[in-house]
Amino acid sequence: MTVSDVPSDALILGGNRIPFARSGGPYAGISNQDMLTAALEGLVARYGLQGAKLGEVAGGAVLKLAGDLNLTRESALGTPLDPRTPAIDVSRACATSLETVIRVSNKIQLGQIDSGIACGVDSASDSPIEVTPRLRRILHRAFAAKTAGQRIKALTAIRPADLAPVPPRNGEPRTGLSMGEHQAQTAAQWGVTRQAQDELALASHQKLGAAYDAGFFDDLVTGYRGLSRDQNLRPDSTLEKLGSLKPVFGVSSPEVPEPTMTAGNSTPLSDGASSVLMGSRQWADERGLTPLARVVDARSAAVDFVHGAEGLLMAPAYAVPELLDANGLTLQDLDFYEIHEAFASTVLATLSAWESEEFCREKLGRGGALGAIDRSKLNVVGSSLAAGHPFAATGGRITATLAKLLHQKEVETGRVQRGLISVCAAAGQGTVVLLESVAD
Amino acid sequence: MTDAYTRFVRSTPGKLLAKQVGLPRPAPLPRRGDRPEPVLGPVVVLGESEGADQIARELLGWGADVRRRFEELRGVGTVIAVLDEITAPADLGRILLPLAGAMRSLAPGARVVTISRPARGEDPGQDAARGGVEGFLRSLAHEMRAGGTANGILAADGVGLTAPGVLGSLRFLLSARSAFVTGQLLRVSSTAGSTTEDRENPLAGRTALVTGAARGIGAAIARTLAADGARLVVLDVPGAGTELSRLANELRAVPIQLDVTAPDAGQRLVAALRDRDQRLDIAVLNAGITRDKMFANMTAERWDPVLAVNIASQISLTDALIEAGGAGETGAVLGDQPRVISLASTSGIAGNRGQTNYAASKAGVIAFVDALAARLESLGGTANAVAPGFIETEMTARMPALTREVARRLNSLQQGGLPVDVAETIAFLASAEAGGLRGETVRVCGQNMVGK
Repeated sequence: MTVSDVPSDALILGGNRIPFARSGGPYAGISNQDMLTAALEGLVARYGLQGAKLGEVAGGAVLKLAGDLNLTRESALGTPLDPRTPAIDVSRACATSLETVIRVSNKIQLGQIDSGIACGVDSASDSPIEVTPRLRRILHRAFAAKTAGQRIKALTAIRPADLAPVPPRNGEPRTGLSMGEHQAQTAAQWGVTRQAQDELALASHQKLGAAYDAGFFDDLVTGYRGLSRDQNLRPDSTLEKLGSLKPVFGVSSPEVPEPTMTAGNSTPLSDGASSVLMGSRQWADERGLTPLARVVDARSAAVDFVHGAEGLLMAPAYAVPELLDANGLTLQDLDFYEIHEAFASTVLATLSAWESEEFCREKLGRGGALGAIDRSKLNVVGSSLAAGHPFAATGGRITATLAKLLHQKEVETGRVQRGLISVCAAAGQGTVVLLESVAD
Repeated sequence: MTDAYTRFVRSTPGKLLAKQVGLPRPAPLPRRGDRPEPVLGPVVVLGESEGADQIARELLGWGADVRRRFEELRGVGTVIAVLDEITAPADLGRILLPLAGAMRSLAPGARVVTISRPARGEDPGQDAARGGVEGFLRSLAHEMRAGGTANGILAADGVGLTAPGVLGSLRFLLSARSAFVTGQLLRVSSTAGSTTEDRENPLAGRTALVTGAARGIGAAIARTLAADGARLVVLDVPGAGTELSRLANELRAVPIQLDVTAPDAGQRLVAALRDRDQRLDIAVLNAGITRDKMFANMTAERWDPVLAVNIASQISLTDALIEAGGAGETGAVLGDQPRVISLASTSGIAGNRGQTNYAASKAGVIAFVDALAARLESLGGTANAVAPGFIETEMTARMPALTREVARRLNSLQQGGLPVDVAETIAFLASAEAGGLRGETVRVCGQNMVGK
């Protein structure tokens, strides 16, 4: 029997990330490749992968420079991994590294590879800046010129206005609205209160802070450039402090009568990188690595936010029921929920949607509501509001964290634990993953 | 790594100027890679005792060119004066004076080693003679030239001169690994320990923890222990995580990110070691910080962290390691005959202006290893300390230029040591041979002119 005849579980064996920093902060001027290399180096060191030839390193960045064509491969080449380890760059906005987890998992389950790393990186401090389309055309003509005269002639077409760089667009190309503006409409639509958002944000900071204090992240995070914890983390924040902040999104939108989203309950632009080590059971055993969880299943969905049929970040509300149905589970069968906190109101709107009879009947075509969840199982060690959100690094952060939580809980209780990851993404997309603990 | 002044006085015009004005001219110190042979020959073994004959035979066994007198020798690489049986001060001259005429013919980087016994407060005449060796040796070390060193071994009564601790100390002091150790006496208190078979990898099969390993002296210690064949567990604060990962990748070591001053640091270390199936044979407690300030300006913010990192953490970590169980017990994280080596400082011996907090912590370390050695005895273990003097590191590079320049010259070798010099002494104390050294503090200071 060849390797590919043996279907294998795709096991999550561990993870490593660098602390996330606020954009323009300690990692300003640091390239994506530097950060991703550091995250991978830490993973290699933690799991003794020096010289190991893995099946694949799958990674990506959302804000990617044109020169970073082979970002993941170049980063992997900078580590002590066997240089014959292949790599691929993947992209699905904020769900990028969750997609890399799915990709590596699928390949392992199909027996195409026995091991791999899923990873992602983003630097909002080093985002690409482009030239105007006109200047680009002139430059291309000049580069293609055969004689010096032709070249000069081409270049003389440049006008001062052509020299202004084009900064990255902070908005959905099809609506011109920023993500925050979109979400402000969703929050208003679902009647998500300011109080509820601030409470969720505060809880995120407190839970992340407590987890750091308890050493939970000792084997998930590797310090980088003097940072040993996420820079955005404010465990001693208070509801009063959060309540004193002015709303920043939806303030001039007629569709948002009472803006509620502030810098405190929205995730700031961040820099950082994360990685997840995955392998088959046999590969893990051979290397003496303890499996934490297995990837059970995954789904992606998209919504029509362009024509206003649904909120920009609501796709996970559709993807999760599909994932649960496919696995014969109800929403309440889960032991941990990791719902990415792009904004506090994203999490709250998603939960409200599942609690709504109307939404679940009309939009999901179900008999009734999915119902409420036990909130004490939601983002139990904090999430993006406290940690920050370097777009393509978030899925990797959540996957490694959840795998560790599931494993710990099974060791503690002796019962198999299930966890859900839900990540919303730009352009109305969402990716969700179901993990199950492994504890032997 | 050579400082600018030293580079200058080694240049032709610099040499000329330095000679005329009488400036210090530090000699290049060969390290392990520059001088791999164990003994710089020829060797002259002085002394008439049975012990002297044993040492001479031993050195022949190491492949050295061994003589018993200086006659007919034009250059001398090594002199070993065996003084184990002296009974009165008059004996000193008889054995040592022949060396006087040979001092000018010592080779660059020469080694002089005395082997004698410590005074024990019983026989006044004998103790006077034994005590006299120390004064002779420390003064001779000041007179050594061209990178030569002079050190002594004090073998306790009852410890034969072929005991592992005596021969191990001798081997260390004669090698290039002790390049920056001079004017020191190593005290061998017992016959414990064993002779290493594998000279290339004296620490093969041993696992060593190094705290504060991410950079500076800690990284040098980790690299040196790894070069001696040890498996490494490297520990540093989470903030230095990336540097720690790089070192771990380089040495194929197990990295542990931990703030050693966390209240549960000991438990976390034990848990991390168990988690990774690691059992420590060697623990090098190197993590340390400075917060220098004159005592008149001292605050708790500057005092407390220095004491917490430099000494309190060492106590709590070793407590946790020992409490996790002895060798053979389930859950034990210490191996058989564990070796603990702690980082003290010459500041902890002599004190240093502006370093009351640092010196208090480091003097604490010196007393701590003595007590710890007694506690580890039942496990067949030892604890010792190393006290570096001025070592060229990122930390000393931040000193004011003039202070730094003066600090460099204030020792018999007229230069700063390198992190590897500290590391080599630690590697020796971690070796099987060093089992007879207990609670000692070995200075690696080029005979810095402060304290003992």
